[in-house]
Amino acid sequence: MITKRIIPCLDVKNGRVVKGVNFKGLADVNSPVELAKYYSDNGADELVFYDITASAEGRTLFTDILKEVASTIFIPLTVGGGINTLDDFDRVLKCGADKVSVNSGAIKNPDLIYQAAKRYGDQCVVLSADVKRVDGVFRVFAKGGRENTGMDALEWIKRGVDNGAGEIVLNSIDTDGVKKGFDIEMLDAVCNIVSVPVIASGGAGKIEDFIKLFKTLPKVDAGLAASIFHFGEVQINQLKERLAEENIPVRL
Amino acid sequence: MIAIVDYGVGNLFSLESSFKAIGQQVVVTGDERVIESADKIVLPGVGAFGDASKKLFDSGLADVVIAQAKNGKPLLGICLGMQLLLDKSFEYGEHKGLGLIKGEIRPIAEVIPENLKIPHIGWNALNFKGEKNQLFKYVNQGECVYFVHSYYGANCEESVIATAEYGAVLTASVANDNVFGCQFHPEKSGRVGLNILRAFCEIGENL
Repeated sequence: MITKRIIPCLDVKNGRVVKGVNFKGLADVNSPVELAKYYSDNGADELVFYDITASAEGRTLFTDILKEVASTIFIPLTVGGGINTLDDFDRVLKCGADKVSVNSGAIKNPDLIYQAAKRYGDQCVVLSADVKRVDGVFRVFAKGGRENTGMDALEWIKRGVDNGAGEIVLNSIDTDGVKKGFDIEMLDAVCNIVSVPVIASGGAGKIEDFIKLFKTLPKVDAGLAASIFHFGEVQINQLKERLAEENIPVRL
Repeated sequence: MIAIVDYGVGNLFSLESSFKAIGQQVVVTGDERVIESADKIVLPGVGAFGDASKKLFDSGLADVVIAQAKNGKPLLGICLGMQLLLDKSFEYGEHKGLGLIKGEIRPIAEVIPENLKIPHIGWNALNFKGEKNQLFKYVNQGECVYFVHSYYGANCEESVIATAEYGAVLTASVANDNVFGCQFHPEKSGRVGLNILRAFCEIGENL
């Protein structure tokens, strides 16, 4: 049986992990390589690197770092941020990424998903959607969640999968940062319309939130989080041991 | 020295890095002389079987790999590279494989329940079949490895050395003397995967 995945997300700017992290035994807590290794050694099933650099120099630095990570850590790597063209796919895949996550790039050019899936395979293309309730309807937001596109989120996600997205990362803006649990209602709505893996993002604050997620929604494949892992509020290996106790299949 | 056969499909960065990480000398090459002089051969592959098979045969590298394997040189096929070791595949038509392992490649959709997602993607447990193969010298029954595939090895029972359960029992790994294959990606399976590669590198070495 396929295990549920626990995925830490690292935001990288100018070659450094942003959001201060606080781990014992880590010499350089802002080093993407050090942090990736730490997570890999402590039970992470996959890593997401998000490039939030705006400059060309920063982008080159990001690619160099990705290469270093991919030659040190041997678990699946997903890369997102600044992916607007097939050349961007090519650039990160050559550096050892296994999957590429598109968000704003697909909103600007919906054909990107289809083209990328055709060239690299569906399993390589991840559609990441930032979604928020507006007057009771799930809407897609762009620009890091700042701009309402007006698009219906369920239609957008369905279309993305039809075009070849092999996986969905659903970031609920409504629960993000609140630390009161994942957005079960929103995730349920998405799981019911797609047949590809769905990764829950936004809202995890404690171990019980992951238990509730996987127990309530067996269709969800993975839980993604950033700060609770970075700040050590939740240790991934402890989280997975607890999930196993609850008979949720995990890789120990 | 380990030769990773480069026949123009897929990206071999992680695979090459994983052998370096376990201290092996490794080259990515499409040069038959280099493949012939290597101690061991790794056949990688991602994408569609038909396209890969055509490239492998058209380049002449298929014959080199077959000859070397029949000569007793350890060969490891990974993912599509494992599938290519079998006789043929039914992925979009019918295509010829290397015929080093008896069996064929068929869609997993034929054997798994409809409600399960395709591809079979993610971490799944290895179940050893029969006596533990030397490839799993450093791996325990039930440890997880990383899979991404929509087709599987069928009618190859006599060569199966490990399976994974995904609504059906799927071929995870095959072996026939010096020829080995992993449907999963050892180079993406963390410590367990590196241990499988390490065991492969030790085959036939005097330790």
